[in-house]
Amino acid sequence: MTALTSNSAGQSVPAGHRLSEADYQTNFSDIHTPLDARSAVVEADRCYYCYGAPCQTACPTDIDVPSFIRMISEKNEVGAAGKILSENIMGGTCARACPVETLCEDACVRNTEDDRPIQIGLLQRFATDRASELGAKFFTRKAATGYSVAVVGAGPAGLSCAHRLATLGHDVVIYEAQEKSGGLNEYGLAAYKMAGDYAQKEVENILSIGGISIKHGTKVGKDVSFAELQTNHDAVFMGVGLGTSKDIQLDGEDASGVLNAVDYIHQLRQAKDLGQLPVGQDVVVIGGGMTAIDIAIQIKRLGAANVTMAYRRGKEHMNASIEEQEFALNEGVHIAHWAKPVSLQIEQGTITGVEFKKANVEGNETYITPTDMLFKAIGQSLTPINMGTTEFVKTSGKYDVDNELRTSQLGIWAGGDCVSGSDDLAVSAVQDGKLAALSIHKTLTQSQA
Amino acid sequence: MIDLKSNFIGIETPNPFWLASAPPTDKAYNVNRAFEAGWGGVMWKTLGEAGLPLVNVSGPRYGAWHGKDRTLMGLNNIELITDRDLEINLAEIIQVKKDWPDRGVVVSLMVPCEEQAWIDILRRVEDTGADGIELNFGCPHGMSERGMGAAVGQVPEYVEMVAAWCKQYSDLPTIVKLTPNITDIRTSARGAVRGGADAVSLINTINSVMGVDLNQLRMSPSVGQQGSHGGYCGPAVKPIALHMLSEIARDVECNDIPISGIGGITDWRDAAEFMALGASNVQVCTAVMTYGFRIVEDMIDGLSRYLADQGMTSVDQLIGAAVPTVTSWNKLDLNYVAKAQIDQDSCIKCGRCHIACEDTSHQAISTEINGERGFQVKDEDCVGCNLCVVVCPVENCITLRELDTGEVDSRTGELVSANYQNWTQHPNNSVG
Repeated sequence: MTALTSNSAGQSVPAGHRLSEADYQTNFSDIHTPLDARSAVVEADRCYYCYGAPCQTACPTDIDVPSFIRMISEKNEVGAAGKILSENIMGGTCARACPVETLCEDACVRNTEDDRPIQIGLLQRFATDRASELGAKFFTRKAATGYSVAVVGAGPAGLSCAHRLATLGHDVVIYEAQEKSGGLNEYGLAAYKMAGDYAQKEVENILSIGGISIKHGTKVGKDVSFAELQTNHDAVFMGVGLGTSKDIQLDGEDASGVLNAVDYIHQLRQAKDLGQLPVGQDVVVIGGGMTAIDIAIQIKRLGAANVTMAYRRGKEHMNASIEEQEFALNEGVHIAHWAKPVSLQIEQGTITGVEFKKANVEGNETYITPTDMLFKAIGQSLTPINMGTTEFVKTSGKYDVDNELRTSQLGIWAGGDCVSGSDDLAVSAVQDGKLAALSIHKTLTQSQA
Repeated sequence: MIDLKSNFIGIETPNPFWLASAPPTDKAYNVNRAFEAGWGGVMWKTLGEAGLPLVNVSGPRYGAWHGKDRTLMGLNNIELITDRDLEINLAEIIQVKKDWPDRGVVVSLMVPCEEQAWIDILRRVEDTGADGIELNFGCPHGMSERGMGAAVGQVPEYVEMVAAWCKQYSDLPTIVKLTPNITDIRTSARGAVRGGADAVSLINTINSVMGVDLNQLRMSPSVGQQGSHGGYCGPAVKPIALHMLSEIARDVECNDIPISGIGGITDWRDAAEFMALGASNVQVCTAVMTYGFRIVEDMIDGLSRYLADQGMTSVDQLIGAAVPTVTSWNKLDLNYVAKAQIDQDSCIKCGRCHIACEDTSHQAISTEINGERGFQVKDEDCVGCNLCVVVCPVENCITLRELDTGEVDSRTGELVSANYQNWTQHPNNSVG
């Protein structure tokens, strides 16, 4: 990382304004250095090949981690990628974006002997990248069943479901409101985690199985009715993301300079020229989760002079892992804990500051943090979809599903962020899609018999 | 710090660390560097008959078995004896011995099994002032096809005959270097003893093929289109060498013949183990070919401190100290009972002990403790085999506990007896 107050040529750049082209390149290139062939083998050889391995148990998609790592140590990267992708078709994205420090790598037994865990994420990336470079194909379709399944949303849940269904011989039509596939992989993850247009490359690989068509720019309930989906298909899988950012419930939220973090990241991910993005000088981010961390770091890397993440509770309560918090601190982001926003300072329709109350002390003492750009990153809720007369049992607006991802409506499954109890992780969405596909397959083929 | 002064069959050196007869001792340049680094002595690379020098291959002479982190575990070579002119070698030996009077210089020899050939070479070596000779009866490649090296070492009568010629025609201390490529190394060691040799050295390298290049489906390494077996050495061969060493050390017919230990010695610990099992000094090759000569500094320091810690005042007190602890299987105490125990504080719950025991041994390690992942030994099934100990990645996490006399072995339901009972005394032994 170059210092953001000067460009790579050492010339001073006005804070909160554009950086040099080289700085944008550096700041938004791949955050992790991938393992090379030799370091991958050395790292793989550190793996103890545990029995009933805790890393595998910790993986939401149940990847056989010890086996794929052993295959890397045997220089069978393609076989390793096969192991990974057979359980998690988005193994490449998960290798980049999974919070491994709270999942597989947290469970690694190496942690318990004053050692560092195996770099499972980087090894998974090594194998999947290598297989992709070699153009390895792992899946073939079973004989056509004649069934057609509608999948709503081309994000991790939808694509995972579609891919598994396609391998089982079903035809799939994905209805996607956006112009591109990938969901949060394309529009939501931090840019430096998905460098090199990785989301689209992965989608391309997934679709190469055949039997999946995607209708982009097609919003269910608007461009196509839910009833049509039910009529035209034998089953429906709902894999939509959360469309609505939660408000902070203070006056002035519609003022200029107050933005939804998710919308800004969406814009950032699609920007052809990062220099055209608006960047404040004194940025405040409200929230304590991954999105808050992602927007804080990215806005800093775009040239903001001061970035403060304000979270209403303590460090240990934050949804972002300790590692992610440290990453933000290293980037120069200031994290204010126990900071509860109580009012927004608006002048002439523009944000100028946020008034915070110290949430961990008694009394009414407040302080003001000046800001010209405020991001809301306190979570999202499911945007209601017009589903006609079809009614679902929901919790907090999200679909309730059983352990096979069946909703309360016969013939309709749901998975990923839109189901109640979801952890909002891409890796969990992939698992939901996979399990839903298996359940759909079972239902369809049983009804045939 | 303890003085490591060594006296091996009358050859006095400042320490017991010698370089084996091999490429590192092929010429004065290397040997001078070795002595500067502190090596106690060298076995000068094997000389052959006078005449046109041998020709080595100008392709790969070495192959290796690497660990995943490129640690060199084993080395194989197909180099022949010296390919330099005999006269040059002899002249250099004279000069080196003159320059380094306190170091050992022993000349390795290999000539055809003809009395006159040995008489000729012995006279030449005697004139150099060298401290002794080592008869190369071990080299397993190339020379053995010509009836020398291992081809001699594999026939005890030849070993005896040539050793006897050397003693008859020269006054030089004579060491016979033994090949491990034989069923029972004691037979050739006994031949050396009968021939009057002053010492034996072992092991020479082991017949080996390093591998196959799976892309070309060709033996690897190969010289052009084909390869040939070579001699294997390095850390991987150490256990084989220790076995052969201890066999000779405790063999009555070998009559306590002094032994120079060779085979994968990489550091002072290896050296100390060889000496404890009967080696008077040790010879090193692969380790210096991997790291260079300076490792001798660490070896000197380490061995010296070890002797001090043991309360020993000279290397002589270490030599053979562990030989009485080596015995035959039928002398092992069958009333001894041990059980594995897992230290739960250091256990990292990898489960390797369980799966090793479950799949391949006695199903004696359970996977749950109070309903949670955890590994525990089932004493009623444990035979104390040590497999869990060796597969556990955490040192000293699993140990064997010796049961006390009078304790019940829950596997057999019997009390542990204080009485020593070996197989020859056991009621189940019908053969006697």
